[in-house]
Amino acid sequence: MKHKQFSSLAFNIGITAFSLFIALLIGAVLFMIAGANPFTAYAVMFTAPLQDVFGITEMFVRAAPLLLVALGISISFRSGILNIGGEGQILIGAIFGLVVALYFPKMHWSLMIPLVFLASFLGGALWGGIAGWMKAYLNVNEILSTVMLNYVAIQIYNFLIRGPMMDKNEVVYGTGASQTARIAREYWLTKLIPGARMHTGMIFAVVMAVIVFFFLWKTIYGYRMRAVGVEVKAARYAGINTKWYLLLAMIFAGGFAGLAGSVEVLGVHHMGLESISAGYGFSGIVVALFGGLHPLGAIPASIVFGLLIVGADMMQRAVQVPAYIILAIQGLIILAIVSSNVFITKKSMKVKVLNLFRKPAGRSPHAQ
Amino acid sequence: MLSEIIIGIIAAAIPLSITFVLVGIGEMFNQRAGVFNLGAEGIMMVGAFLGFYVEYIMKSGPGSSFLGMIAAIAVGSLMGAVMAVTCVNFKAEQGIAGIALFMLGWGVAGMLFRVYIGGTTSIVGLKALDIPFLNSIPVLGAILFSHNIMVYITLVIIPLSWYLLNRTAWGLKVKAVGTAPRAADTMGVKVDRIRFQCVVIGGAMAGLAGAYLSICQTHIYADNITAGRGFIAVALVYFGKWKPTGILWGALLFSLAHSFQRSIQVYGIDFPYEIAVMFPYILVIAVLAISGSSRIMAPTMLGRPYYREQRD
Repeated sequence: MKHKQFSSLAFNIGITAFSLFIALLIGAVLFMIAGANPFTAYAVMFTAPLQDVFGITEMFVRAAPLLLVALGISISFRSGILNIGGEGQILIGAIFGLVVALYFPKMHWSLMIPLVFLASFLGGALWGGIAGWMKAYLNVNEILSTVMLNYVAIQIYNFLIRGPMMDKNEVVYGTGASQTARIAREYWLTKLIPGARMHTGMIFAVVMAVIVFFFLWKTIYGYRMRAVGVEVKAARYAGINTKWYLLLAMIFAGGFAGLAGSVEVLGVHHMGLESISAGYGFSGIVVALFGGLHPLGAIPASIVFGLLIVGADMMQRAVQVPAYIILAIQGLIILAIVSSNVFITKKSMKVKVLNLFRKPAGRSPHAQ
Repeated sequence: MLSEIIIGIIAAAIPLSITFVLVGIGEMFNQRAGVFNLGAEGIMMVGAFLGFYVEYIMKSGPGSSFLGMIAAIAVGSLMGAVMAVTCVNFKAEQGIAGIALFMLGWGVAGMLFRVYIGGTTSIVGLKALDIPFLNSIPVLGAILFSHNIMVYITLVIIPLSWYLLNRTAWGLKVKAVGTAPRAADTMGVKVDRIRFQCVVIGGAMAGLAGAYLSICQTHIYADNITAGRGFIAVALVYFGKWKPTGILWGALLFSLAHSFQRSIQVYGIDFPYEIAVMFPYILVIAVLAISGSSRIMAPTMLGRPYYREQRD
């Protein structure tokens, strides 16, 4: 029995590794189309950030929002909802957080920072909740509604930072850069290493990951959400209010993406800037899938993709391939993961693969 | 004055709707066969880039626009094939695979644009042609008879796709594999093969729609040129109840929204730009909310892979 479990695990790892290899191989073709040597490019991407303090700290700066978004995505995917609205939820979360941080009366940071986090959680939750409500009660495809809400959120965010929330100094001096005023220094998240941007956001995200793990696997609410995700009909038959749990899943998904927004605001930029979401809403999906839709799996996954994103920036300078390629590679990685999944979950497909490595049946009739 | 503005809005809406119709008809085929391709947006981005690039390197020479569109169809088919391998052969979760394809297309188009073009340049593209005599009919002339050639080609594609779907053996197979793949399989229809073909067709149409955007509509290439049109088209297929004419009406509705939004900016009406741009997307959400209950019209097996060697 032990042996069988081990060989099954080895098979799963093998098939996933093989599909990732294919993804990177296609990525190598893209590098060649862009006129770069794929070996050098990959080498820079995977290793350059690990060679100095700057690279390693930047990796964690990217990993923190990725992990938060991925937690939300994991909750929603586990509940059977495909939340593509991370980008919009980050932006609305950032707006809510900015309003609190900029316009609320002065208070001690130990009060203000939790308040900002709470506000941005609520903002993201509102944005995710709209899609969740429409899914649960109006039967609207959540992928389409979240995608549309992304575009709406981008416009709301840009409107606010170019208009009502724009830095007064930008208006006075006429420079007109679309950004909000700077947040008071005492509200910034503490820098962990002097001279680097790495802040306490990653610690916060890891704590959140542990909380989400306990919520999903050790509470009745988490159990019900996962039950809804596995089979809606069965869950409804068991007396679970499936509509409410679908909505709840999107509220959490949006809330965690919103938290990523305030982590970026309080930890990195200290103000509202254009395109603050920086694709984290989409990359968070990759991280969540790579982490096996498990909150604790998302921790190492977020660090890996933090590394890749920083690596892509360094690669851009080293081999002159636009960092845009990292989006394409992330897409290829998702395609590889979802393609390999069928060989893990469906026995008939697994047998097909295993038969490739066995002797042809015709030659050894007694093999069975 | 007001009637001129209204005619202007409608006349501008028709060429805008072509993108939606092209990608929507393609999406209709793959959804009818049971595959939900959200990657259309990404395919459109690559199609838009490649179409633009082909015309750009040919310095807008004769036939370069059409060559650009053919190249876009080719790359669209290729990306459709990637989607088909993932979702039809490897039975992947279609929603996630579609988003992955979108990211792939977004990244590839953004990267190639920076490597091979870099800045903003324009091409001649396909200009609107005035059809003699017909375009001088008051009102209708401006609305119907002074568009680029692709508008008229698309108007032929709509009945053609209806015929293909409803009056040919192949169309019957497409509908069969989308509603009852097990029964179709029993009757000897190759379920996965038909689905594969439909996803490739969907990809080809999305590629063409992208090229239409850059070659016929904007004459430039910019990041995020598609601005969610691929996703809107997927919503339009729902709205149009998986029928070519329904998609056409939906496309016209959204193009009117786009065109209206643009005219607000053109006529300098004091209204925040961002709020105006938001309008079509909010309309999509509203339409989805209204048509959500019409899911009963959807192909039964939409989004569900078919496992031949396994019981249902």
